[in-house]
Amino acid sequence: MIQGILGKKIGMTHIFAEDGSIIPVTVIEAGGYVVQRKVRANDGYDAVQIGLGEKKEHRTSKAMKGHFKKAGTPCLYHLAEVKCSGEDAYTPGQAIKCAEVFKEGEFVDVLGTSKGKGFQGSMKRHNFSGGGDSHGSMHNRAPGSIGSSSDPSRVYKGMRMAGHMGSDGVTVQNLKIVAVKNEENLLLVRGAVPGAVNSVMMIKKAMKKKPA
Amino acid sequence: MGIMHDIEKGFIRTDIPAFSPGDTVLVKVRIKEGDKERIQPFEGVVIKKRGSGVRCMFTVRKVSYGTGVERIFPLNSPAVESVKVLTKGKVRRAKLYYLRDLSGKAARIKEKR
Repeated sequence: MIQGILGKKIGMTHIFAEDGSIIPVTVIEAGGYVVQRKVRANDGYDAVQIGLGEKKEHRTSKAMKGHFKKAGTPCLYHLAEVKCSGEDAYTPGQAIKCAEVFKEGEFVDVLGTSKGKGFQGSMKRHNFSGGGDSHGSMHNRAPGSIGSSSDPSRVYKGMRMAGHMGSDGVTVQNLKIVAVKNEENLLLVRGAVPGAVNSVMMIKKAMKKKPA
Repeated sequence: MGIMHDIEKGFIRTDIPAFSPGDTVLVKVRIKEGDKERIQPFEGVVIKKRGSGVRCMFTVRKVSYGTGVERIFPLNSPAVESVKVLTKGKVRRAKLYYLRDLSGKAARIKEKR
Protein backbone atom coordinates (compact mmCIF):
# COMPACT_ATOMS: atom_id res chain seq x y z
CA MET A 1 0.00 0.00 0.00
CA ILE A 2 1.24 3.51 -0.78
CA GLN A 3 1.99 5.69 2.23
CA GLY A 4 0.36 8.88 0.99
CA ILE A 5 -1.74 10.54 -1.69
CA LEU A 6 -2.18 14.00 -3.16
CA GLY A 7 -5.26 16.00 -2.32
CA LYS A 8 -6.93 19.34 -2.97
CA LYS A 9 -8.40 21.45 -0.18
CA ILE A 10 -12.12 22.02 -0.76
CA GLY A 11 -12.95 23.97 2.39
CA MET A 12 -13.71 23.86 6.09
CA THR A 13 -16.95 23.33 7.95
CA HIS A 14 -18.07 21.48 11.02
CA ILE A 15 -20.07 18.33 11.56
CA PHE A 16 -21.72 16.89 14.63
CA ALA A 17 -20.78 13.79 16.58
CA GLU A 18 -23.58 11.58 17.85
CA ASP A 19 -23.45 13.16 21.32
CA GLY A 20 -23.92 16.62 19.82
CA SER A 21 -20.32 17.79 20.09
CA ILE A 22 -18.97 19.80 17.18
CA ILE A 23 -16.09 18.44 15.10
CA PRO A 24 -14.28 21.03 12.94
CA VAL A 25 -13.30 19.38 9.65
CA THR A 26 -11.36 20.18 6.51
CA VAL A 27 -12.73 18.59 3.34
CA ILE A 28 -9.99 17.29 1.03
CA GLU A 29 -10.57 15.81 -2.40
CA ALA A 30 -7.89 13.13 -2.63
CA GLY A 31 -7.10 10.65 -5.34
CA GLY A 32 -5.43 10.96 -8.71
CA TYR A 33 -3.58 8.49 -10.86
CA VAL A 34 -0.57 6.22 -10.76
CA VAL A 35 1.80 7.70 -13.35
CA GLN A 36 4.96 5.67 -12.91
CA ARG A 37 6.08 2.61 -10.99
CA LYS A 38 9.64 2.62 -9.68
CA VAL A 39 11.08 -0.79 -8.83
CA ARG A 40 14.26 -1.76 -7.02
CA ALA A 41 15.69 -3.71 -9.94
CA ASN A 42 15.43 -0.76 -12.27
CA ASP A 43 15.50 2.38 -10.12
CA GLY A 44 17.21 1.19 -6.93
CA TYR A 45 14.11 1.74 -4.74
CA ASP A 46 10.40 0.98 -4.64
CA ALA A 47 7.99 3.84 -5.11
CA VAL A 48 4.98 5.05 -7.03
CA GLN A 49 4.75 8.34 -8.87
CA ILE A 50 1.27 9.74 -8.44
CA GLY A 51 -0.41 12.70 -10.08
CA LEU A 52 -3.41 14.94 -9.45
CA GLY A 53 -5.34 17.66 -11.27
CA GLU A 54 -6.12 17.24 -14.96
CA LYS A 55 -4.80 19.90 -17.31
CA LYS A 56 -5.31 20.56 -20.99
CA GLU A 57 -2.96 18.90 -23.41
CA HIS A 58 -1.87 22.12 -25.11
CA ARG A 59 -0.65 23.41 -21.75
CA THR A 60 1.61 20.40 -21.30
CA SER A 61 5.19 20.29 -22.57
CA LYS A 62 6.08 17.73 -25.23
CA ALA A 63 8.28 15.79 -22.85
CA MET A 64 5.58 15.55 -20.19
CA LYS A 65 2.96 14.65 -22.79
CA GLY A 66 5.06 11.62 -23.66
CA HIS A 67 5.36 10.74 -19.98
CA PHE A 68 1.59 10.82 -19.47
CA LYS A 69 0.94 9.02 -22.74
CA LYS A 70 3.19 6.17 -21.67
CA ALA A 71 1.31 5.93 -18.38
CA GLY A 72 -2.06 6.12 -20.07
CA THR A 73 -3.29 8.97 -17.83
CA PRO A 74 -4.64 12.41 -18.67
CA CYS A 75 -2.15 15.28 -18.45
CA LEU A 76 -1.77 16.30 -14.81
CA TYR A 77 -0.67 19.40 -12.92
CA HIS A 78 0.94 17.89 -9.84
CA LEU A 79 3.27 14.90 -9.59
CA ALA A 80 4.79 13.37 -6.47
CA GLU A 81 6.51 10.18 -5.44
CA VAL A 82 5.44 8.04 -2.50
CA LYS A 83 7.00 4.95 -0.99
CA CYS A 84 5.45 1.53 -1.30
CA SER A 85 6.65 -2.03 -0.90
CA GLY A 86 8.00 -4.06 -3.80
CA GLU A 87 5.10 -6.51 -3.89
CA ASP A 88 2.36 -3.89 -4.24
CA ALA A 89 0.56 -4.13 -7.54
CA TYR A 90 0.33 -0.61 -8.90
CA THR A 91 0.21 -0.17 -12.64
CA PRO A 92 0.55 3.17 -14.42
CA GLY A 93 -2.78 4.58 -15.50
CA GLN A 94 -4.60 3.17 -12.49
CA ALA A 95 -6.88 5.59 -10.62
CA ILE A 96 -6.25 5.89 -6.88
CA LYS A 97 -9.18 5.79 -4.48
CA CYS A 98 -8.55 7.47 -1.14
CA ALA A 99 -10.63 4.81 0.63
CA GLU A 100 -8.06 2.18 -0.38
CA VAL A 101 -5.30 4.10 1.38
CA PHE A 102 -6.99 5.67 4.41
CA LYS A 103 -9.62 4.48 6.82
CA GLU A 104 -11.80 6.32 9.30
CA GLY A 105 -10.09 6.82 12.66
CA GLU A 106 -6.56 6.77 11.26
CA PHE A 107 -4.14 9.66 11.82
CA VAL A 108 -2.44 11.52 9.00
CA ASP A 109 0.24 14.16 8.48
CA VAL A 110 -0.61 16.83 5.93
CA LEU A 111 2.17 18.59 3.99
CA GLY A 112 1.08 21.77 2.28
CA THR A 113 2.13 25.29 1.39
CA SER A 114 0.92 27.98 3.77
CA LYS A 115 -0.94 31.06 2.59
CA GLY A 116 1.38 33.80 1.34
CA LYS A 117 1.42 36.95 3.46
CA GLY A 118 3.80 39.07 1.32
CA PHE A 119 6.48 41.33 2.84
CA GLN A 120 5.76 41.63 6.54
CA GLY A 121 7.40 43.48 9.42
CA SER A 122 9.04 41.82 12.40
CA MET A 123 5.95 42.14 14.60
CA LYS A 124 3.75 40.00 12.36
CA ARG A 125 6.53 37.76 11.03
CA HIS A 126 8.38 36.97 14.26
CA ASN A 127 5.94 38.07 16.98
CA PHE A 128 8.18 40.94 18.14
CA SER A 129 6.47 43.16 20.68
CA GLY A 130 7.25 46.52 19.05
CA GLY A 131 7.34 49.78 20.97
CA GLY A 132 4.87 52.04 22.71
CA ASP A 133 1.97 53.63 20.91
CA SER A 134 1.46 56.70 23.06
CA HIS A 135 3.35 59.18 25.29
CA GLY A 136 5.17 60.51 22.20
CA SER A 137 6.82 57.20 21.38
CA MET A 138 8.42 57.18 17.95
CA HIS A 139 9.36 53.49 18.14
CA ASN A 140 6.06 51.92 17.13
CA ARG A 141 6.53 48.76 15.03
CA ALA A 142 10.34 48.86 14.55
CA PRO A 143 12.40 45.76 15.44
CA GLY A 144 14.83 47.55 17.80
CA SER A 145 18.52 46.72 18.01
CA ILE A 146 19.85 44.16 15.54
CA GLY A 147 23.29 43.71 17.09
CA SER A 148 26.37 45.22 18.74
CA SER A 149 28.72 47.95 17.54
CA SER A 150 32.33 47.83 16.22
CA ASP A 151 32.69 44.27 17.44
CA PRO A 152 31.48 42.33 15.35
CA SER A 153 30.82 45.26 12.98
CA ARG A 154 28.22 43.25 11.11
CA VAL A 155 24.75 41.78 11.56
CA TYR A 156 24.71 38.08 12.38
CA LYS A 157 23.25 35.73 9.82
CA GLY A 158 19.76 34.55 10.56
CA MET A 159 18.83 37.76 12.44
CA ARG A 160 15.03 37.91 12.57
CA MET A 161 13.96 40.87 10.47
CA ALA A 162 11.20 41.98 8.14
CA GLY A 163 10.78 40.02 4.91
CA HIS A 164 8.64 37.64 2.97
CA MET A 165 6.22 35.65 5.08
CA GLY A 166 4.09 32.65 4.21
CA SER A 167 4.14 30.37 1.18
CA ASP A 168 6.28 28.04 3.30
CA GLY A 169 6.18 24.29 3.29
CA VAL A 170 4.23 23.36 6.43
CA THR A 171 3.52 19.93 7.89
CA VAL A 172 0.66 19.43 10.31
CA GLN A 173 0.97 16.18 12.19
CA ASN A 174 -1.56 13.77 13.68
CA LEU A 175 -4.83 14.90 12.17
CA LYS A 176 -7.62 12.39 12.64
CA ILE A 177 -9.63 11.18 9.68
CA VAL A 178 -13.26 11.74 10.64
CA ALA A 179 -14.84 10.25 7.52
CA VAL A 180 -13.91 8.81 4.15
CA LYS A 181 -16.34 9.13 1.26
CA ASN A 182 -15.44 6.58 -1.36
CA GLU A 183 -17.59 7.59 -4.34
CA GLU A 184 -16.66 11.28 -4.20
CA ASN A 185 -13.03 10.55 -3.18
CA LEU A 186 -13.31 12.84 -0.18
CA LEU A 187 -11.46 12.84 3.12
CA LEU A 188 -12.82 14.68 6.15
CA VAL A 189 -9.90 15.52 8.42
CA ARG A 190 -10.29 16.97 11.91
CA GLY A 191 -8.82 20.46 12.18
CA ALA A 192 -7.09 22.81 9.78
CA VAL A 193 -4.54 22.10 7.05
CA PRO A 194 -2.02 24.56 5.56
CA GLY A 195 -2.90 26.56 2.46
CA ALA A 196 -5.83 28.24 0.81
CA VAL A 197 -8.87 26.55 -0.72
CA ASN A 198 -7.95 24.72 -3.96
CA SER A 199 -4.32 24.36 -2.89
CA VAL A 200 -2.73 20.95 -3.30
CA MET A 201 -1.22 18.99 -0.44
CA MET A 202 0.29 15.62 0.33
CA ILE A 203 -1.56 13.48 2.85
CA LYS A 204 0.62 10.84 4.50
CA LYS A 205 0.05 8.25 7.18
CA ALA A 206 1.02 9.76 10.53
CA MET A 207 4.65 9.22 11.49
CA LYS A 208 4.04 9.42 15.23
CA LYS A 209 0.46 8.55 16.06
CA LYS A 210 -1.23 5.27 15.26
CA PRO A 211 -4.96 4.56 15.67
CA ALA A 212 -5.82 3.29 19.15
CA MET B 1 -19.12 25.07 -3.23
CA GLY B 2 -21.08 22.10 -4.48
CA ILE B 3 -19.08 19.56 -2.51
CA MET B 4 -19.24 21.56 0.71
CA HIS B 5 -22.98 21.97 0.29
CA ASP B 6 -23.46 18.22 -0.12
CA ILE B 7 -21.47 17.44 3.01
CA GLU B 8 -23.29 19.99 5.14
CA LYS B 9 -26.70 18.97 3.79
CA GLY B 10 -26.60 15.70 5.73
CA PHE B 11 -26.32 17.54 9.03
CA ILE B 12 -28.95 20.22 8.52
CA ARG B 13 -32.13 19.54 10.47
CA THR B 14 -35.47 20.19 8.89
CA ASP B 15 -37.60 19.50 11.98
CA ILE B 16 -36.75 22.78 13.72
CA PRO B 17 -39.29 25.58 13.15
CA ALA B 18 -38.25 28.99 11.85
CA PHE B 19 -37.74 31.62 14.53
CA SER B 20 -35.95 34.93 14.79
CA PRO B 21 -34.50 37.22 17.47
CA GLY B 22 -37.18 38.48 19.82
CA ASP B 23 -39.13 35.22 19.84
CA THR B 24 -39.64 33.35 23.07
CA VAL B 25 -38.68 29.71 22.63
CA LEU B 26 -38.57 26.51 24.63
CA VAL B 27 -35.42 24.55 23.83
CA LYS B 28 -35.19 20.97 25.01
CA VAL B 29 -31.61 19.79 25.35
CA ARG B 30 -30.36 16.24 25.73
CA ILE B 31 -27.96 15.99 28.64
CA LYS B 32 -25.84 12.94 29.32
CA GLU B 33 -24.95 12.17 32.93
CA GLY B 34 -22.82 9.09 33.15
CA ASP B 35 -24.75 6.54 31.12
CA LYS B 36 -28.14 8.13 31.76
CA GLU B 37 -29.67 10.64 29.42
CA ARG B 38 -32.26 13.22 30.36
CA ILE B 39 -33.90 16.18 28.71
CA GLN B 40 -33.50 19.67 30.13
CA PRO B 41 -35.85 22.47 29.07
CA PHE B 42 -34.55 26.02 28.64
CA GLU B 43 -37.08 28.77 28.04
CA GLY B 44 -36.21 32.33 27.12
CA VAL B 45 -35.89 35.04 24.51
CA VAL B 46 -33.75 34.54 21.43
CA ILE B 47 -31.34 37.48 21.50
CA LYS B 48 -29.12 36.50 18.58
CA LYS B 49 -28.95 34.14 15.66
CA ARG B 50 -25.77 33.91 13.65
CA GLY B 51 -24.24 31.79 10.89
CA SER B 52 -26.03 29.93 8.18
CA GLY B 53 -26.52 26.34 7.13
CA VAL B 54 -24.99 23.76 9.42
CA ARG B 55 -23.01 26.41 11.33
CA CYS B 56 -26.06 28.34 12.56
CA MET B 57 -26.00 29.17 16.29
CA PHE B 58 -28.53 30.98 18.47
CA THR B 59 -28.46 32.48 21.94
CA VAL B 60 -31.37 32.25 24.38
CA ARG B 61 -31.59 34.55 27.40
CA LYS B 62 -33.71 34.11 30.47
CA VAL B 63 -33.75 35.58 33.95
CA SER B 64 -33.45 32.89 36.57
CA TYR B 65 -34.05 33.97 40.20
CA GLY B 66 -33.00 37.51 39.34
CA THR B 67 -29.85 36.45 37.46
CA GLY B 68 -29.60 36.69 33.69
CA VAL B 69 -28.65 33.36 32.07
CA GLU B 70 -27.69 33.00 28.43
CA ARG B 71 -27.10 29.76 26.58
CA ILE B 72 -25.75 29.32 23.08
CA PHE B 73 -27.07 26.39 21.04
CA PRO B 74 -25.95 25.04 17.68
CA LEU B 75 -29.21 24.97 15.70
CA ASN B 76 -28.46 21.66 13.95
CA SER B 77 -26.92 19.82 16.89
CA PRO B 78 -28.31 16.38 17.72
CA ALA B 79 -28.12 17.46 21.39
CA VAL B 80 -31.04 19.83 20.73
CA GLU B 81 -34.09 17.61 21.16
CA SER B 82 -36.61 20.20 20.00
CA VAL B 83 -37.30 23.92 19.70
CA LYS B 84 -40.78 25.24 20.29
CA VAL B 85 -41.71 28.82 19.44
CA LEU B 86 -43.96 30.13 22.25
CA THR B 87 -44.45 33.72 21.13
CA LYS B 88 -43.29 35.81 18.21
CA GLY B 89 -41.69 39.06 19.38
CA LYS B 90 -41.80 42.44 17.69
CA VAL B 91 -38.26 43.84 17.71
CA ARG B 92 -36.38 46.36 15.61
CA ARG B 93 -32.89 44.92 15.60
CA ALA B 94 -31.14 41.61 14.98
CA LYS B 95 -29.02 41.49 18.14
CA LEU B 96 -30.96 42.20 21.33
CA TYR B 97 -27.97 42.91 23.57
CA TYR B 98 -29.83 45.85 25.09
CA LEU B 99 -31.97 43.39 27.04
CA ARG B 100 -28.93 42.70 29.25
CA ASP B 101 -29.13 46.20 30.67
CA LEU B 102 -32.88 46.06 31.28
CA SER B 103 -34.82 44.22 33.92
CA GLY B 104 -38.38 43.65 35.00
CA LYS B 105 -41.12 45.43 33.04
CA ALA B 106 -38.63 47.24 30.77
CA ALA B 107 -37.23 43.95 29.47
CA ARG B 108 -40.57 42.86 28.02
CA ILE B 109 -40.90 42.41 24.27
CA LYS B 110 -44.09 43.29 22.43
CA GLU B 111 -45.82 40.39 20.77
CA LYS B 112 -46.13 40.36 17.01
CA ARG B 113 -49.68 40.15 15.73
